[in-house]
Amino acid sequence: MSAGTEITYREAVRQAICDAIARDGRVFLMGEDVGRYGGCYAVSKGLLDEYGPERIRDTPLSESAFVGAGIGAAIAGMRPIVEVMTVNFSLLALDQIVNNAATLRHMSGGQVGVPLVIRMATGAGRQLAAQHSHSFEGWYAGVPGIKVLAPATIEDARGMLWTALEDPDPVILFEHVMLYNASGILPADAGPVPIDKAAVRREGGDVTIVAYGGTLAKALAAAEDLAGDGVSAEVIDLRTLRPLDDSTILASVAKTRRAVIADEGWRTGSLAAEISARIMEGAFWNLDAPVARVCSAEVPIPYPRHLEEAALPQPAAIAAAARAALGRP
Amino acid sequence: MTEPHAAKPHLTREHLLGLLREMIRIRRFEAKCAELYQAEKIRGFLHLYDGEEAVAVGVEGQLRPGDAVVSTYREHGHALARGIPMTAVMAEMLGRRDGCSRGRGGSMHIFDAQRRFFGGNAIVGGGLPLAVGLALAGRMGGGDGVTICFFGDGAVAEGEFHESLNLAALWGLPVLFVCENNLYAMGTALDRAQARTDLAVRAASYGMPAAAVDGMNVVAVEAETAKAIAAIRAGQGPFFLECRTYRFRAHSMFDAQLYRTKAEIEEWQKRCPIRSLSRWMEDSGLVHAGEVAALEAGIDREIEDAVAFAEASGWEPVEDLARDVMASP
Repeated sequence: MSAGTEITYREAVRQAICDAIARDGRVFLMGEDVGRYGGCYAVSKGLLDEYGPERIRDTPLSESAFVGAGIGAAIAGMRPIVEVMTVNFSLLALDQIVNNAATLRHMSGGQVGVPLVIRMATGAGRQLAAQHSHSFEGWYAGVPGIKVLAPATIEDARGMLWTALEDPDPVILFEHVMLYNASGILPADAGPVPIDKAAVRREGGDVTIVAYGGTLAKALAAAEDLAGDGVSAEVIDLRTLRPLDDSTILASVAKTRRAVIADEGWRTGSLAAEISARIMEGAFWNLDAPVARVCSAEVPIPYPRHLEEAALPQPAAIAAAARAALGRP
Repeated sequence: MTEPHAAKPHLTREHLLGLLREMIRIRRFEAKCAELYQAEKIRGFLHLYDGEEAVAVGVEGQLRPGDAVVSTYREHGHALARGIPMTAVMAEMLGRRDGCSRGRGGSMHIFDAQRRFFGGNAIVGGGLPLAVGLALAGRMGGGDGVTICFFGDGAVAEGEFHESLNLAALWGLPVLFVCENNLYAMGTALDRAQARTDLAVRAASYGMPAAAVDGMNVVAVEAETAKAIAAIRAGQGPFFLECRTYRFRAHSMFDAQLYRTKAEIEEWQKRCPIRSLSRWMEDSGLVHAGEVAALEAGIDREIEDAVAFAEASGWEPVEDLARDVMASP
């Protein structure tokens, strides 16, 4: 196997889209500024010239209409990739996602599936203030009828879209805004990846840190810091937020007996809360310490850098929670 | 009422009888539904279509098998006129496993993928984006299929209405938007909800051709639909058809109708689409009273059979509760 190439997360997503369009005549990309502008985060730069306006469709600023149109097109046999600029804007399409995409199969008694992929940016870190910085993927992860993915690595950014497009049900991909410029090695033989399994990104025996998307790098930084103190942290990348891979989480907690969950959503009703409950239900007798959560502060994300940083889960807080769980404050 | 034959001079007796029969079929099916609701065999919401039959029958008679239909929660008439067997619709009303949506949807969510009948949408305005997507897929697939999108006057106030009309017009998509203007959004009169009550003019702001038609006159509805569909199939883009109609019964079975007078209802009942057509046909010597009675008797037998079929159908087993949420568990 050859060594692979170093590329950015942005480039990995771009390659995944190109690859899908080339592979399957039913695939097209649709969203605000995906064409002439090249994508709000420059993911689809150049694709309009390459594939033309039928396959790369600029839409009006009508989130509900173009997400709904994606659902309709998927029902009729196409494989649309709908890009919503940010998760905050996706709330304008919430009716279509929750009331239609997630319900049609069930309401129709199994007749009408929606093989749609929706991609959107999520998360904070660019000082974009309180209407462009939130993390609502945990909300979506609470809705039966959809799958929710959070690629945190170059390989997942490249490979999850492929698998998502082959899925007969709606899949939402959340791309954390701080990852687009991150780079890493994409193996030469990179291809589709499973979307139903969490991954252990670092093995350890003392404490489990559960993270996903934007918090994965922070969890790994915290684990590195902990290693300096002789604490061996295991880091789990959830990868798929719905359905959750309980068995990987519970197997790790059974080994480490302690868990910290790092989640950029607000703490109340968060995905971290759900995972904490599942650990309680499935591994209570294995636990040596209460499950800890490191989430965003319960404020609309503020603009100035120091306040934005204070609002978000940071490696130091994750490491501190792990130390507390080990009784080593 | 304008004479039914005025808009379309070459109507045959058989054709007119077919229209009459289909309208009576819908009316009597729903009368049975109301009865079954009183008997508590149908539960939940039940929105009856009495008075509006000319719209479903006039529009859907013009469709081909490959055309798609998106409807609302007041869709029993649309479903029957589309050719979904009455047995499957009745079983769905009763929530039985032989219902067209396996009983999962009920009165508001009738689906038949084979007949390209995509619901049964109970979110006002929620079906419009779907219709745009179905039409987009059809166009990208190269066919000359048309998507019919039914909605009420209430939907015209929704953002999804405007987003969808704009997108369909912008992309020149083959959608026939059929507004069933029955003057009330549940209990809110049109002039208490709309700054401008002439709904057909809304289409002009999207450069979309439009027509308003007497929705109590099945022949007029049919004639306008035929023209609109011909233009759409010829590639002229979407069309907006406002059918001015009236619902004789309450919004749902819980509605005390405090918002309108008996006198108003009686005034509209004089324009009953079924009575108007049958009277005109009798006066013209195209049908005699005995034939109509025979027609009704045949329909009543069909309804009896449908009820018997529905009542003989079993329930979905509780063990299958989670079935059809996703393609695979």
